[in-house]
Amino acid sequence: MKKKILFFVLMGLFILSSVVVAQDVIKIGVFEPMTGPFAVGGELSMQGYRLAQMQNPTVLGKKIELVVVDNKSDKVEAANAVSRLVNHNDVVAILGSYSSGLTIPGAEVANKAKVPMVVATATNPLVTMGKEYIYRACFIDPFQGSALAKYTYNNLGIKKAAMLVDVAQDYSVGLANFYNRTYKELGGEIVSNLKYQTGDQDFSAQMTQITSTDAGALFFPGYFGDVALIATQGRELGFKGVYMGGDTLDNPKLLEIAGEHAEGVVATTFYHPDAPAATEASQIFIDEFIKEYDEEPNAVSVMTYDAYNLLISAIEKAGSTDADAIKDALASTEDFVGAGGTITIDDMGNAIRPAVVIKVVNGEFVYEATIQP
Amino acid sequence: MDIFLQNLANGLSLGSLYALIAIGYTMVYGILRLINFAHGEIFMLGAYFLYYGVLIFNLPWWLSFIVAVILTAIAGMLTERFAYRPLRKAPRISILISAIGVSFFLQNAGIVVFSGVPKSFHRPAIFDHMFIFGNIRISSITFASIVISLIFLMGLLFIVYRTKTGLAMRAISTDIETARLMAVNVDQTISITFAIGSALAAVGGILWALKYPQIFPLMGMIPGLKAFIAAVLGGIGNIFGAMIGGFILGMAEILLVGFMPQLSGYRDAFAFLILIIILLFKPDGLMGKNVQEKV
Repeated sequence: MKKKILFFVLMGLFILSSVVVAQDVIKIGVFEPMTGPFAVGGELSMQGYRLAQMQNPTVLGKKIELVVVDNKSDKVEAANAVSRLVNHNDVVAILGSYSSGLTIPGAEVANKAKVPMVVATATNPLVTMGKEYIYRACFIDPFQGSALAKYTYNNLGIKKAAMLVDVAQDYSVGLANFYNRTYKELGGEIVSNLKYQTGDQDFSAQMTQITSTDAGALFFPGYFGDVALIATQGRELGFKGVYMGGDTLDNPKLLEIAGEHAEGVVATTFYHPDAPAATEASQIFIDEFIKEYDEEPNAVSVMTYDAYNLLISAIEKAGSTDADAIKDALASTEDFVGAGGTITIDDMGNAIRPAVVIKVVNGEFVYEATIQP
Repeated sequence: MDIFLQNLANGLSLGSLYALIAIGYTMVYGILRLINFAHGEIFMLGAYFLYYGVLIFNLPWWLSFIVAVILTAIAGMLTERFAYRPLRKAPRISILISAIGVSFFLQNAGIVVFSGVPKSFHRPAIFDHMFIFGNIRISSITFASIVISLIFLMGLLFIVYRTKTGLAMRAISTDIETARLMAVNVDQTISITFAIGSALAAVGGILWALKYPQIFPLMGMIPGLKAFIAAVLGGIGNIFGAMIGGFILGMAEILLVGFMPQLSGYRDAFAFLILIIILLFKPDGLMGKNVQEKV
C-alpha cells in the first residue's frame, strides 16, 4: 500500500514538474550524429550549438533548452529522431544535421509536421527544396561544386581530373555531379569516374585505376574518414595529382588519420579565421571558442553557432513560438551578421554566401582564396 | 599489364587479411558447429587493445601487440564462458542468436567505452614502407599479412592434427557427449579453441588497422561478414579452405573493381552474390566434405 501511495505521489510530482518546465522554457530540438561514422561531425556541431547557447541562453524572456537526439549516422534513425523531437518532446524548432544524407529524411518529417528547421552544414539542394519550413545557414552544392571545378581548371590549370564518389551519400553524389558538369563546360575532361560506399576501407583497386590515368587531380567529395583512407592508399600506390574535396574535408580528423598523405589537399569550406569574410561577430566567436574548448575553431562549429543564433533571432523577430511566424521570420532574413559571414536567405531557403578555399600545408588548413557567389 | 599485376598484389593483400579472419571463424565452427557472429567484434577489440596499449600505457609496439593478442584471447574465452557455454545443450539456433546478441553488445559497448569517433591508428615506420618493383607497389604490411597468415595456418594445422588438444578438438567436433565419456575435458578444450580463434581475430584486427589506419567500434562488421563469406566459400569448418576462400574473395573483389570500374559501387553486393551462389550450388564450399547429418 505504502509503495502504491509513493508511486502516485511520484507520478503527481512528475506530471507537475513537466507542466512547470513546459511553461518556463522554450525547447529547441537538435538531431546530430553522436555515434557512428559521423560522430566527429556531431561533436563539432555540438560545440557550436553549446557555445551559442551559453552566450544567448534566453529568447522571448524564456530559457532555451536544447533537446539533443542522436541520429546514429543513420538515415532511418534521422527520421525517427525528428519524429521523436516533434511528437514526444514538443520542440518549437529544430537544428541539424551534420550531413545531407541525414538531414534530408529529417527535414522531410519536420516539414510535414510544420516545425521550422535551421540546417547548419548540409549542402545538398534537396535539403530545402520544396520544403517551406526548412532553411539553412550554408551555401549549396551547385555553387560549391562549380566553385571547385573552376578552381581546378582556372586557378590550378589542371585539364584532366578523376573522381571517386561515395554512392551511399546524397551529398557526395550531388556534389560530384555539379563538379562534373561545370568542369566539362569549362573544357576539362573527367578521365576516370569511380565509386565506393561509406565505410569501405580498401580503395586499392580504385586508386590503381586512377593512378594509371593521366589525371592531374582527384576529386573525392566524401566524408573525412573514408577520404583519409583514400588519400593514404592513393599516395602509397603512387598517385601524384592534387586531392580535392568539399566542406566535409575541413575536419581535424582528416589530418590526424591521413597524416603526411593529407598534405596538399584542397577543399572548399564555409569559414577560415584568415578569410576576409569575417564580421564583428567573428572575433568574439574565436575568442570565446578558444576560451571554452581550448582549441582553434573549426568550420562546422562556426556554422552551427550561426544556425543557432539565426534561429533565435528569428524567434525574437517573430515575437512568438508560433511555427508560421518563425518560418516567415526566417524566410525574410537579410544581412544577418554571423561569425562565419553575413547571411541572406534566398527564395529557396538557402543562404547566399561566399565559399572559402583552403589547403593543407604542413599539417594545417591554410586559407587560399574566397569565391563569391 | 602493370595495372593487372598491381591489382593482383592488391588482391593478395586484401585476401590475406580475409584469410586470417576466416581461419578463426572456421575453426570455431569446425569444432562447435557454431557460427560465431561476434568474431568481427573480437577483431575490433584486438585493434583497440593495441591502440590503448600504445597510447595510454606507453608500451613499446611489440609488447602492446602481445598484450593485445592475449587480452583478446581472454575476451574470446569470456564470451564463450558466459554467452555460449550455458546454451550448449540448447537447440543450435539459440546459441546462434546468442552470438548475434554478443556481437551487438560488443559493438555498442565499444561505442560507450571507446566512443563512436574514429581513432587514428599509429603505424610503426617499418609498416609504412612500400616495396617498388618496376611500376608495382606493395606495402610491407602485405608481406607481413601473407607471411603471418601462412605461419598461423601451419601452426593451427599442427595443433589440430598433431597435438593431444587437437585430438580432443576433433573428438568434440564429432560428438561432444562421447568425447566427454572418453575423458576429454570438454570445457577446457572449447575454451582453448575460443582463445586460439580470438587470438587469430586479434592479429587480423591489428593487421587490418595497420593497413587501414582508422579504428572505430563498428570496424569489425564488414570484415567479419566478408570472412564469413570466405569461410563458407572454402567450406566452413575447413581451415585450409578458409585460407583459400579468403584469398579468392579478396582477389575477386579487387578484380571486379579493377576490370569493371563502373561496377565499383557494387563491391559488397558482389561478395554477397558469391555467398548466395555458393550456398545454392555448392553448399559444402570448395574444399568442404559432405558431412552426414546425425539422426
